[in-house]
Amino acid sequence: MSIDKSMNVLIVDDYRTMLRIIRNLLKQIEFQNVDEATDGAEALAKMRTGSYGLVISDWNMQPMTGLQLLQEVRADGKLKATPFIMITAESKVENVVAAKQAGVSNYIIKPFNAETLREKIEKVLGHA
Amino acid sequence: MLNSVSRDSARFSAKLAGLRGRYPAADPEMVAEVVREVLTTMRGDLTARETGLLAEVEELGRVITAARAEIAALQVDDITASHIPSATDELDAIVAHTAGATDIILEVCETLDTVAGGLSGGAAAALQDATTRIYEACSFQDITGQRITKIVATLKTIDAKIAHMIAAFGRRAQDGKAAPPMPPAVAAIPQDGSLRLHGPQLPASAMDQTDIDKLLASFD
Repeated sequence: MSIDKSMNVLIVDDYRTMLRIIRNLLKQIEFQNVDEATDGAEALAKMRTGSYGLVISDWNMQPMTGLQLLQEVRADGKLKATPFIMITAESKVENVVAAKQAGVSNYIIKPFNAETLREKIEKVLGHA
Repeated sequence: MLNSVSRDSARFSAKLAGLRGRYPAADPEMVAEVVREVLTTMRGDLTARETGLLAEVEELGRVITAARAEIAALQVDDITASHIPSATDELDAIVAHTAGATDIILEVCETLDTVAGGLSGGAAAALQDATTRIYEACSFQDITGQRITKIVATLKTIDAKIAHMIAAFGRRAQDGKAAPPMPPAVAAIPQDGSLRLHGPQLPASAMDQTDIDKLLASFD
């Protein structure tokens, strides 16, 4: 299984420290083209004007949450096939189920480690 | 009996609140005193049940008076005016300081990553492994921030409920202000449509990544 690590990856989190951490972890697993957004609305606007092979998003953001972003992406004919990983502290069953029903590709619980991130990306992109 | 007292107490409180609304200048204690006086004159015409209820009402009046005195002695205004704002400021300062420290750690870590890029073999791998672990550990800042946000929201809820309690026990009513409705709990974490967000869970009650992987796999 070969993964194109030159693809554009969009990371979405309202907490800039987390963006910085995820960007550096992605860099360590050789993803070089990483773009950022600080809420769902900004991410959606970037996705509609750019081209991304993977989205990694937090859930708890305002004004548009990660779940709402996921729902918008899956409802958009041009974007709906984009692999989408949720990284969040929301670990209740109801939240995981809601994300799955909305079409999330995978779900990482915070705090997470680099190996989990790498494993989920490979799994998602391997199935993409 | 206790249920009866509780029901009657609630009705009495509602009546007093209604009187305050209709006659904001009236002192509730004065009203209660007048009621007591009138009922005393009627004592001979009351049934045993009514007499018992009268005794309970009088006891309730004493409880309310004592509670008001105790609340005044607690200096609850200090809680809303000083203690809770001070506590939330301290928590905000914790978030700011840890965020500043985390930024410095990440900056140093990025420098180490650059150095690792110029090395080869075991030294490069060891250095990158070390920086990876630092990046992972730095995510504590996000979780800590979310937990502190929950605490601040809880403090604000307590603050609002204390303010309501002060008003309900008459201090503000005596100042000519009506008692506000009991405030709802302040939401620490926003809703997402009809779905409630919970933020980080305590380790003992949280699903870990393995549990979540199993749950996701159950959909396949």
